[in-house]
Amino acid sequence: MTLTDAPDRAATSSLGARALALVKQREVGVLAAFILVVAVTTAKNPNFLFSNDGFRDLLVTPSLLMLIAVGQAMVIITRNVDLSVGSVMGLTAYLVGTVFVDMPWLPWPLVFLIGLAFGGLLGLINGAIVAFAKVPSLVVTLGTLYAFRGINVMWTGSDRINASDMPRDFLDLGTSAIWRIPIITIIALVVLAAAGWYMTTQRGGREFYAMGSDPDAATLYGLNVRRRLITAFVVSGALAGLAGVLYAARYGTVNSQVGSGYELQAVGAAVIGGVAIFGGSGTVFGAAIGAFLLMTINRSLPVLGVQDFWQQAVVGALIIGAIVLDSLAARRQERTLAKERERSHG
Amino acid sequence: MTAPPAATPAAPALVLDGVAKSFGPVVALRSGSLTLRPGSIHALIGENGAGKSTLVKIIAGLYQRDAGTFEYLGEPVDFGTTAESKGAGIAVIYQEPTLFPDLSVTENVFMGRQPTLSLGRIDKRAMRAEVVALFEQLGVHVDPDRPTRGLSIADQQLVEIAKAMSLDAKVLVMDEPTAALSGVEVERLFGVARALRDEGRALLFISHRFDEVFDLCDTVTVMRDGEYISTSAIADTTVDRLVREMVGRDVTDLFPKTVAPVGDVLLEVEGLTRTGVFHDVSFEVRAGEIVALAGLVGAGRSEIARAAFGVDPYDAGTVTVAGRRLAGGDPAAAMRQGLALIPEDRRRQGAVLDSGIARNVTLTIRDRLTRAGVLTSAAENASAREWAARFEVRAPSLDTLAGTLSGGNQQKVVIAKWLATEPRVLIVDEPTRGIDVGTKSEVHRLLSDLAGQGLAILMISSELPEVLGMADRVLVVHEGRITANLTREEATPEAVMYAATHDVEVAR
Repeated sequence: MTLTDAPDRAATSSLGARALALVKQREVGVLAAFILVVAVTTAKNPNFLFSNDGFRDLLVTPSLLMLIAVGQAMVIITRNVDLSVGSVMGLTAYLVGTVFVDMPWLPWPLVFLIGLAFGGLLGLINGAIVAFAKVPSLVVTLGTLYAFRGINVMWTGSDRINASDMPRDFLDLGTSAIWRIPIITIIALVVLAAAGWYMTTQRGGREFYAMGSDPDAATLYGLNVRRRLITAFVVSGALAGLAGVLYAARYGTVNSQVGSGYELQAVGAAVIGGVAIFGGSGTVFGAAIGAFLLMTINRSLPVLGVQDFWQQAVVGALIIGAIVLDSLAARRQERTLAKERERSHG
Repeated sequence: MTAPPAATPAAPALVLDGVAKSFGPVVALRSGSLTLRPGSIHALIGENGAGKSTLVKIIAGLYQRDAGTFEYLGEPVDFGTTAESKGAGIAVIYQEPTLFPDLSVTENVFMGRQPTLSLGRIDKRAMRAEVVALFEQLGVHVDPDRPTRGLSIADQQLVEIAKAMSLDAKVLVMDEPTAALSGVEVERLFGVARALRDEGRALLFISHRFDEVFDLCDTVTVMRDGEYISTSAIADTTVDRLVREMVGRDVTDLFPKTVAPVGDVLLEVEGLTRTGVFHDVSFEVRAGEIVALAGLVGAGRSEIARAAFGVDPYDAGTVTVAGRRLAGGDPAAAMRQGLALIPEDRRRQGAVLDSGIARNVTLTIRDRLTRAGVLTSAAENASAREWAARFEVRAPSLDTLAGTLSGGNQQKVVIAKWLATEPRVLIVDEPTRGIDVGTKSEVHRLLSDLAGQGLAILMISSELPEVLGMADRVLVVHEGRITANLTREEATPEAVMYAATHDVEVAR
C-alpha cells in the first residue's frame, strides 16, 4: 500500500474537494439563479419585488410547494418517490374546510393538527404498501394519486368551501406577516429547519441517505429499512397535509382540484435543488431553494413577456439540465474509479 | 505463521453443526459444520457452489437455517436479522464491500449505531475521533470525511475492517477479502488479521488462494457440494490433500462429450479489453469444439462473453465471427452474423416467464415468421413444435407458461429460442446452474450434439466437473485475464484450480 499511497491520497483529497465543491455549487448555484430571476424581473417591473403584494407573493407562493418539496426530498433520498402528495394536499384541504363548516366551535389552531395527522395517515397508507407489499413506490403512489383524488372528487362533487365558511383568524394567517415575512413562509422555514436538522443530525435521517445510497447494503448493515421507509412517507404525507391547511388559509376557496400537479413540481424542485433522483444524496435545503426557483420562474416569465408555451419549456429545460448535470458528475466519478482500480492492479 | 496459541484450546466462540439451507428446490447447503475458536484464524475453502457463502450468510443472520444447530459463545442462537448477529458481536466482511457510496467513510463505519448526544443528535466529533484512532491502529491513510465512492477495493475492505473493529466483534468473518487486492495490500490486511487474532478474536477467512491459507491460517475446513468434508490443522495438511478433498469425485466420465470433427475457426477474439474488468483476452473457438471459460465467480468470464456478443462495450480488441469482424456494442448485428448468447440468469435475461413456450421459442425469429406484418399463432406453433420435440421439452402444451416449467425445461426452451436463429457460434453462460442432476446430463447431451453438428460452442461454467467433462479446451480466467489454455488431456482439476487462483500467465 505504501507504493500507491501518495497518488491515492492525492486523488482522494482532490476528488473529495471537488465533490464538496459540487455540492456547495448546487445549492449556491440555485440560489444565485433565483436571485438572478428576481433581479431581471424586477428590473423589467419593479412591482415584482418592491410592491407590498409583489414581495408577499414572492415569498408566499413558493412556500406551499417548498413544504411538499421538503417531504418529497426526504422520500427521494431513500430511493423512492411520492407522487400522491398533490392529492393528499387536496384531500386534506377539503377535509379542513369541511371541519370548519361542520364544527365551527372547534378552536381553529386545532385544524393544523388535524391536517398533519390526516396527511400523515394517507402517507402511512403509501408507506405501508411500499414497505410490506414490496411494490415500487412509483406504482403505489401513482395509484394513490388517482385514488385520493377520486375520493376527493366523489366527496366534493361540484361543491366548494368558500372563505365565508372559515374563521376570520384562520384566513388572516394567509395574509398576515411578522416583520414583513408572511406567516406561511415562517411556518415553511421552521419546517425546513426541523427537517434539515433531522436529516443531518439524527440516525433516522442518516439512514434515509444510507438506504437510498445502497438498499442491499442497508439490509446487510441491519438497518430497519421498513420502519425508515414508512417514516419517510408519513412525513411526506403530513407535510402535504400541512400544505393543504395553509392552502385553505391562503386562498380561502377549496374545490376538488386543489394541489393537482404539485407532485411533479415537487419532484422537479427536488431534482433542480440537487437531490439525486436515485437517492442517497442531496439536501432538503436544496429542494427548498429549488421550489423557490421553480415557482418564481413560473411567475416571472409572464412578467417578462414570455409566451405560455415557452414557460413550460423553460421549466422542462431546467429539470433536464439538472439531471444531465448530475449524471455527468456521476459518470466522471465512475471513470475515476475504473482508472484507480486499473492502477492498483498494475 | 506463528504457532497456534495455548496448549489447551479455548472454548469455541461459534459452533455450527449439520446446518442446512434450501431455496425452493435448490439445495444451497446440505450439511455445514464449523467450529471457530478465539485467537485463531480459520480457513474455509471449497469450490464455487460448495456452500461457503450460504454458511456465512447464515452466521450473519441474513439467511435462516432450515436445520442444524448454531451455538455462539456456548449459547444456542437464532439470528433473525443481520442487526441481531452484529449486536451479538459477529462482524462479516462480504466479498464485495457493502458500503454506502454517497456517505462519508466515518458515517459508513458507524451507520445504524452512531454515538449520540442529547436530543438524539449524532456525536460527529466522537465518531470521527474513533475512526482516526482506528485508522492509525490499522496504519490506513484514508480521509475519514471523504465519500466512499471511488475508494479502491483495498481501501473499502479496510473501511469494512474498521467497522468490524469498532463493533468490538468477537467473531470476524472475511469472505474472500483478498480477491481484488494486490500483494502489498494483502500483506497489510494479513497484518491486521494477525493483530486481531492476537487480541483473542476468532476469525474466519474464506479464500481460493492456498498460499494465503497456508500463510495466514492455523486451521482449515473443506466444503464440497454443500457439505462439510474435513477440518484439519494447517500444519497437518498439504495443498494436494486439500485440492483432492475439494474436488473429491471422479469427474471424467460424468458428462462425456462425444468427439466431433474440428473445423474452421468460427469465433475469434483478439486482445479484448475493458478497463477495470478484463484485459487483453484472446482466444478462438472452432466448429465442432466446445471451449470452456473456467474460473472463479467474479473473474470476469460473463463480462467477456457479454462484451464479445455486444451487450457490453469494450475499450480495445476485435471480435470476428466466421471471418467477419463484428462492430462492438451491437447484439443485433452479432445475431445476424450467427452469434448467440444464452445468458446466465435464465429467469431474468433468458426466458420470458409470462409467455408460453411457443412465444418464447419464436421470440428471436419473429421477423422471419411474420407474413405481411402479421404474426399468426399457427406459424409460431408450427415452428415451436419442431424445436420442442427436438429438445424433448416436457410440458402439457405449447401454451404452457415458461415460468411454470422446471429449471431444466426452461433452459431447453431458452436454448431452443437461440438455436431458432440458426447460429454458428453459441455462447452459453452457466448452462446447468440450478438444474437437477438428471436434466443436467440432458442439457450436456444437447450441447454435445450441437457441437457434433458443427456449431462452435463457448461454455462458461463454474462447475469443475462440467468443465472437465464437456470441454475440448479449457480457458481459465483469473481476475480478468486468461491464465491458462489447457487441452482436454492437460485439464486436470488441479491444473484448472491452480490457474484460477494464480496470477501467472501461461504461455499459449
